[in-house]
Amino acid sequence: MSNLVTNAGHTHVDEHGHDDHHHDSGEMTVFGFWLYLMTDCILFASIFAVYAVLVNNVAGGPSGHDIFELPYVLGETACLLLSSITYGFAMLALFKGNKKAVLGWLAITFLFGLGFIGMEINEFHKLISEGFGPSRSGFLSGFFTLVGTHGLHVTSGLIWMAIMMYQVNKHGLTSTNKTRLSCLSLFWHFLDVVWICVFTVVYLMGTL
Amino acid sequence: MANAAHSNHGHDAHGHDSHDSHDDSHGSVKSYAIGFILSVILTIIPFGLVMYPSLPKVWTLWIVLAFAVIQVLVHLVYFLHLDRSAAQRNNVIAFVFAAMVIVLLVGLSLWIMFSIHTVMMAH
Repeated sequence: MSNLVTNAGHTHVDEHGHDDHHHDSGEMTVFGFWLYLMTDCILFASIFAVYAVLVNNVAGGPSGHDIFELPYVLGETACLLLSSITYGFAMLALFKGNKKAVLGWLAITFLFGLGFIGMEINEFHKLISEGFGPSRSGFLSGFFTLVGTHGLHVTSGLIWMAIMMYQVNKHGLTSTNKTRLSCLSLFWHFLDVVWICVFTVVYLMGTL
Repeated sequence: MANAAHSNHGHDAHGHDSHDSHDDSHGSVKSYAIGFILSVILTIIPFGLVMYPSLPKVWTLWIVLAFAVIQVLVHLVYFLHLDRSAAQRNNVIAFVFAAMVIVLLVGLSLWIMFSIHTVMMAH
């Protein structure tokens, strides 16, 4: 509660200063988005807990050791990590007010994200066509749920990014677009953080 | 508070201010590069240890887990720009609270489920 009061006072101060007050309402939006991300963390934590409980229930089917290909996963990780830093460059270009650079870096980020999703779909397709779909065992149900939920998040991030490229192209770097790009930045880096947990808990510990 | 707000809101007068990385809430090329290089190192080593096993399994397990925790922290600091500045305080508080919920949620779930497992299998 006291935080709200402080923040309200803060807006007030800035309005009297030279700053446009748009920036501050944007800051509250970004903070609200951060709170959403924290709840999303808890969603992922529940799915991780489910996976950890189910991981040994292979029902006579394959275990992680039999189906995971670490070099492939390293490729996916590289895509996502590269997309994280290119999004960072998009944000730096945004604060410099360079619209062309923002669009360029967003496009590169989009391609890396698309590469990641493509690799993941290919992996899922391969597993399912070998008969190792989510219905094969408790372990595979947990695996598809966890990795699939992350993949769905990345997919929504990509859709959001495509929309932002359209909006930046059409309306330019307005304060609304700045706020939206800041939220997407948090979302995108957050997905990379979740992926660190995924490759550690699922792929590395599963292969060990 | 007002002071911190002031220093963090130079956004319009932007470019690269003289005070390089720290109180700029959106980082710099340098901070992104540092975060990226650290992440690469912290990714390659655990993958290498698992792909080419050279240590006892328990060691590898702990190293892999420790590197994951460190890499998450690196991302939080260099990519998500969490720090001890006043502008980030609410974000940090929210994060710490979420982390606590996550530890309780995952830790207690596993404790309960594996206890059940052990008890049910006992006879």
